[in-house]
Amino acid sequence: MALAIAVVVALITVISVAIVVLKVWWMPLDISTHGPAIDHQMNLTLIFTGIIFILAQLGLAWFVWKYRDRGDGRKAIYSHGHGMLEATWTAMAAVLFIGLNLMGYRMWAEMYFRGAPPDALRVQVLGQQFAWYFRYPGPDGQFGPTHVEKVNDASGNFYGIDRERDPGSKDDIVTATLAVPVNRPVELVLLAKDVTHDFYVRELRIQQDMVPGMQIPVHFTATKTGRFEIACNQLCGLGHYKMRAFLEVMSEEDFQKWLQNMAAQQ
Amino acid sequence: MAELHAEAVHRHEAPKGFIWKYVFSLDHKVIGKQYYFLALLAVVVGMVLSWLIRVRMVWPSARIPGLDKLSPVGAPGGVMTPEYYLSLLTLHGTLMIFFVLTTAPQSGFGNYFLPLQIGAEDMAFPRLNMLSFWTTFVGLAVLLSTFFVTDGPPISGWTAYPPLSAVGSAAGPGEGLGQDLWVISIAIFCIGALLGALNFIATTLDLRTRGMKLMRMPLTCWAWFVTAVLGLLSFAVLFGACVLLLLDRVGGTSFFTPGGLIVSDKIIPHTGGSPLLWQHLFWFFGHPEVYIAILPGMGITSHILSCFSRKPIFGYKVMAASLMTIGFLSFTVWGHHMFVSGMSPYSGFTFSIFTMAIGVPSAIKTFNWLGTLWGGKLRFTSAMLFSIGFVSLFVTGGLSGIFLAQPAVDSYLHATYFVVGHFHMVMGVAAIFGMFAGTYFWFPKILKPLIPVHEFMTISALITGAAQFIFLFNLFWSMFKGEKASTNPWEATSLEWTVPSPPPFDNFGGKHPVVYHGAYEYGVPGAEKDYIMQDSPVKITAS
Repeated sequence: MALAIAVVVALITVISVAIVVLKVWWMPLDISTHGPAIDHQMNLTLIFTGIIFILAQLGLAWFVWKYRDRGDGRKAIYSHGHGMLEATWTAMAAVLFIGLNLMGYRMWAEMYFRGAPPDALRVQVLGQQFAWYFRYPGPDGQFGPTHVEKVNDASGNFYGIDRERDPGSKDDIVTATLAVPVNRPVELVLLAKDVTHDFYVRELRIQQDMVPGMQIPVHFTATKTGRFEIACNQLCGLGHYKMRAFLEVMSEEDFQKWLQNMAAQQ
Repeated sequence: MAELHAEAVHRHEAPKGFIWKYVFSLDHKVIGKQYYFLALLAVVVGMVLSWLIRVRMVWPSARIPGLDKLSPVGAPGGVMTPEYYLSLLTLHGTLMIFFVLTTAPQSGFGNYFLPLQIGAEDMAFPRLNMLSFWTTFVGLAVLLSTFFVTDGPPISGWTAYPPLSAVGSAAGPGEGLGQDLWVISIAIFCIGALLGALNFIATTLDLRTRGMKLMRMPLTCWAWFVTAVLGLLSFAVLFGACVLLLLDRVGGTSFFTPGGLIVSDKIIPHTGGSPLLWQHLFWFFGHPEVYIAILPGMGITSHILSCFSRKPIFGYKVMAASLMTIGFLSFTVWGHHMFVSGMSPYSGFTFSIFTMAIGVPSAIKTFNWLGTLWGGKLRFTSAMLFSIGFVSLFVTGGLSGIFLAQPAVDSYLHATYFVVGHFHMVMGVAAIFGMFAGTYFWFPKILKPLIPVHEFMTISALITGAAQFIFLFNLFWSMFKGEKASTNPWEATSLEWTVPSPPPFDNFGGKHPVVYHGAYEYGVPGAEKDYIMQDSPVKITAS
């Protein structure tokens, strides 16, 4: 029995480690400027916790095997503990865990404490059951106000825009795809119309809830062109599973062309 | 020290008649069993729901015979709709968290063995105890009734975030009557949990027998005590939150619902509420809750590892202190569920520090369990196997939490299967292993027979955790047909092993036992046997 448990625990350990080391399941592509730091922190955490994981599991397996009752009349060691030993591993755990925390602090600050640079492209993101709409300010750089009573999905006025009355809204562009230029800072302002949604682009290493009644800013700079899924990652009702849109990262030139194209369709 | 003697106290007669003996019983042992079987019912339903979840994911068009009878709307023709998947998810989580993980380890085992282990005749308030069980029972009945309402159970998950859970059926099927019943069910459950917590705290503090100092209590009692304190402080908050949510739903208030909500082109008449307020209140309960689920399992694991290593628990004081530290810190970490929720990013860092700090007492526990095995003389009973499994699972589950505790890394992993894996490893599997361990350890005391060791079953449970039906069969078979166990089949030291199996109505036969030692005096050099019972007056000279 002792051997069986020891082998099972050791096997679980070896297989788990192999899955990580062989990168059987690994992180998706990163296309953001802040992403490499997160991936680095993730790898660091993987290494430190991995070492503890291996030592603890193999230690368990070894003790189970070594100290099994062999029926030879040996008595168990009579010990109520070892203060020095306990103090040592307490201190080690504290240093490791708090240390990892402090190392990750700067990235968090970078992402959230500092705002987007002033020249960033600003886009509003609206989540609603079960679709996404993106709003660009147009050449004037201004978003017009929202009028709740004007909101009408059937006529395509998702944001409640009044182009006639509000000069700021006149040239606003509303789209169903989020296009951004590569290598240029972007600031998204996240809004929700009905219930809480969540903006998640794995390749951007960005996830942020969109809460009704709040305007939550996030910012990033995309480093690679391509098409990436925007998934709602907060349970938002029966169509949650199909609530998705796409992020298109393009060259500055393509982006300007796309934007003009979209403006013509308003 | 003057020699202490067991003192005779007033003897209580067992009640007569089926109803008073088994249904509305005041006996903590019967109530403990009632809780255990309530959890067993909930876990079977919850497990079937998880199978349906898996089936819906892998074979979305699979026809489940008979499911259309239970839910004509959710599964027309026996094929589950996407929203029915969300109903299943919601009830799976709710049943498992509240009616299994909060119920069996604490209210089930705790009710039965706390009085026995501290030398009391019963819990401090037997009537309150009965009331708390039946309150919980009503909560379960109300929750299960959501299966039978027209729109089916709610679809907002076990965390029921508003506005989805607050604006009524406009937000989707199940968000009408089903969600009302869910909120009521949880509020009722909170009342039961609060009454139970009061009882555990009073019993532990006031009813310990002579010589049972706090620092001589078995670690199980420490775990139940700390869990009760957590329950008292956290369920009170959840109860308040449920009342507010119900008022938002039916009373026209706006605690959690902001103004300007537009659902399907309709303006919802609310003003000024905050969806994040619910998340704060919910997780202020929700994080202590995961420790409510796991601390009793830690206590049971400590108790069993020491007994079957035939050696004192490694660092008893530190083990008791770490339970208290985890309990205290558990109230400072709720924000780590909310790193990406839209709360101030500055508070994210604070919650992260506290969350990392809670890893320290958790690590201490793990190392001390390994220290307990070190140099022992291990006996591989079924209870021991599950306790070893508990340690292994807790290591894996706990370490995966180190990733999630860092806000920047969490913003990447939040609400993915990484989190699902993390909490199922700790709460789902490790806590369930704790329950299995407790069942195998105490079954001979509860119902006389020993559960035979089925090596095959145990190993497959260790590997896959999928042998529950063999377990159920084994449990009921042993209950009626098993061989009889002696008073102390495991050669354990704590007080429940000094009374006959099953224990008589008033536990100690009208006497108060006297305690001379801590609960983990195994392998004492120079002693006659390799264990010294807590009520044995022999002196221990070795240190």
